[in-house]
Amino acid sequence: MAIPGQQPLSHLEEFMEGIWKQNPVFVMVLGMCPVLAVSVSAVNALSMGVATTFVLLCSTLLVSLIRNVVPKEVRIATYIVIIATFVTVVDYLIAAISLAVYEALGAFIQLIVVNCIILGRAEAHASKNPPLRTAVNALGMGAGFTIGLFALGSVREILGAGKLFGVALFGPDFQPWVVMVLPPGGFFVLGAWLLLFNWLKNRAAGSAGKLAEGGAHG
Amino acid sequence: MNGAPAVVATSSRAMVATLALVATLCGILIVSAYQGTLSAVTANKRVALERAVFKVVPGAVSVKEFVAGPAGIAPAGGVPAKDTVKFYAAYDAAGALKGIAAEGSASGYADVVRVLYAWDPARQAITGLGVIAMRETPGIGDKIYTDAAFLANFEALDARLDASGTALANPIRVVKHGSKRNPWEIDAISGATVTSKAVGRGINDSAQRLLPRLAPNLDQLRGN
Amino acid sequence: MTGKSPRIELRAAPHVKRPVGVETIMRNVVLALLPIAAFSVWQYGLSALALLVTATLACLATERWVNRLAGGPNTLSDWSATITGLLLGLTLPPSFPLWMAAVAGFAAIALGKALFGGLGHNVFNPALVGRAFVQAAFPVSITTWVPAYAPDRFTSFIPTTFTLPFMTPPDISAWAKAAVDGFTGATPLARWKFENLLATPADLLSGAVTASAGETSALLILACGLYLAARRFLDWRIPVAVLGAAALTAWAFQFAGPERYPDPAFVLLSGGLMLGAVFMATDMATSPVTPKGVWIYGATIGVLTVMIRYFGGLTEGVMYAILIGNALAPLIDQYTQPRVFGARGRRA
Repeated sequence: MAIPGQQPLSHLEEFMEGIWKQNPVFVMVLGMCPVLAVSVSAVNALSMGVATTFVLLCSTLLVSLIRNVVPKEVRIATYIVIIATFVTVVDYLIAAISLAVYEALGAFIQLIVVNCIILGRAEAHASKNPPLRTAVNALGMGAGFTIGLFALGSVREILGAGKLFGVALFGPDFQPWVVMVLPPGGFFVLGAWLLLFNWLKNRAAGSAGKLAEGGAHG
Repeated sequence: MNGAPAVVATSSRAMVATLALVATLCGILIVSAYQGTLSAVTANKRVALERAVFKVVPGAVSVKEFVAGPAGIAPAGGVPAKDTVKFYAAYDAAGALKGIAAEGSASGYADVVRVLYAWDPARQAITGLGVIAMRETPGIGDKIYTDAAFLANFEALDARLDASGTALANPIRVVKHGSKRNPWEIDAISGATVTSKAVGRGINDSAQRLLPRLAPNLDQLRGN
Repeated sequence: MTGKSPRIELRAAPHVKRPVGVETIMRNVVLALLPIAAFSVWQYGLSALALLVTATLACLATERWVNRLAGGPNTLSDWSATITGLLLGLTLPPSFPLWMAAVAGFAAIALGKALFGGLGHNVFNPALVGRAFVQAAFPVSITTWVPAYAPDRFTSFIPTTFTLPFMTPPDISAWAKAAVDGFTGATPLARWKFENLLATPADLLSGAVTASAGETSALLILACGLYLAARRFLDWRIPVAVLGAAALTAWAFQFAGPERYPDPAFVLLSGGLMLGAVFMATDMATSPVTPKGVWIYGATIGVLTVMIRYFGGLTEGVMYAILIGNALAPLIDQYTQPRVFGARGRRA
């Protein structure tokens, strides 16, 4: 983010923001409803990630393009209308591409509209940055969110069904861990990933710094 | 902003103008997305429906949607009227009626279990079962579509009408595992009794409503 | 919280009595559990032995691993992980595959104890957390029962015991029927719930029923509990409150509908209520400390157990009842603080 008096980030750094430093799932712990709810399989997780990325990219781009003409009193209303539009578009698109995925994701496609990441990015980044920078940042954030979802989805599918992308990995005798495809499994796997991510970050920091604390939001 | 009169203050005018412009733009986007995907979505739904129906009615190659109301049956279309039951007529390659498929639903262990069952007019029996949607416990409740012994219940589940033609002669019942005695009983899955019962209840409720209306009008379906 | 290693000191009077440490209490609980474990091995043979050993070893290994990760002191010697492992093993069905028992042991210590900060900081009984985890993960295996007193139980294992890790255990209903004639594969609670058949109190007291490894003999559990209560290593009020509340609730239901509900004796003696009331609800870290709170806590567990058994989808409710009781314990403590002597308000 461009903070006055600070060297602006290069585009690569801007992209990496969302993947590593401000990963929406592992660092900001934002948008947990879809993360926990649709990460029962790798395909669902990826579809959700791509859908969210699409909405994120399109809406922040549009917000960035009109950032200088929107009066600040009505900016939130404008953002919401824009986000809702792209969510509706993505809803139609998914139904047109695959009905199976559409039914698996269910109401969570429409619920992208309340995903805090998107409004957060529109308000905190897109409304203050030019379109190219916004697009790069949004892509990074979307990729980070997709990676987070996929990390959960693949573990839950492997343990919960013995499959990855629907392909059986361990033969017919595999014992599925039913708890992994139930809601508690989502919390367990998310917790385990947060543990790993923070441990890696602390090690990368080179010191036994404080564990990054993250509170869960919508 | 509803009906807000154009106020003299420029800031308000700018606000209204901005919102109106954005809303118009978004409206156009939504409408074009809807138009652009409509045919694909319809085709997808059609394929999904056909796949589900063909699975429970083997040998069928085409399917038509109908509704059965108090006055008789009619092809589905437009807004469905009150007190009608939707069903699907499946035809083979020669155009002969292969079977009827209809949806039954009842609440199971976790959520509503929705199944599609096939009814064979010639044998007066339910001849196939498919699951449309369920959220039962994996490994237990999902046996309703993996357990071969349970699915065998639906190879010829008796569903004939009584003499008056207003109800099933024998209501379809789910009985405890291993105690099926009659052709209209469903042998429950041991350990998944709640889900099994939901399947039976869903089929019974739907068949009790649909079959009395359907049976007198079968010729109308054959004529198609 | 770690106990001091025992050492002998000779000193002249006056003697100050050393307070009973965590280690002493825990060691005595282990001692009290051993007869129950031995009886379960007598009933179910080698498989029960392997199950208890595996669950305990998994708990100990996880405890050690967590110690190392946290860089803290070695806490194996306080016996608490041993208790968790033994209790966990006793609550699992004897045919439970060993690899699943190891998963349960890991979940018990890692999820149930270490994440909260170790012994004394855990909110829930670790053994029950482990059991709840495998109950949710492997719902079929944890409800597969085998007959007690199979003739070849000391020479061969139950076929499911050595299931390869991550693999589905084989179907053993044929094996169980061959081992003991007329075996139905259902616990007394399940037979009551689904077939309306009541087991006799004599069978329930002596353990001649189908159940988890260590919950069959109510008599033995009571005797071991009495020993601990007599030596003041457990609060006698908790089991009394749990069993009393369960009996009262069961009696009230039976009074309202004698043909639908079983008698209180059946409710008390069947399933894991006895083991849960004596050994799990009394866990010091997860139960209230105030005298009034202890009664409320025990009664909550007793009532909940009967409610879950009668109206829930599961046949047994002790595990969830105790876990809910654990969750309520801090709240109960807060609202039952005794008045400080001389102070005016409830809380000084």
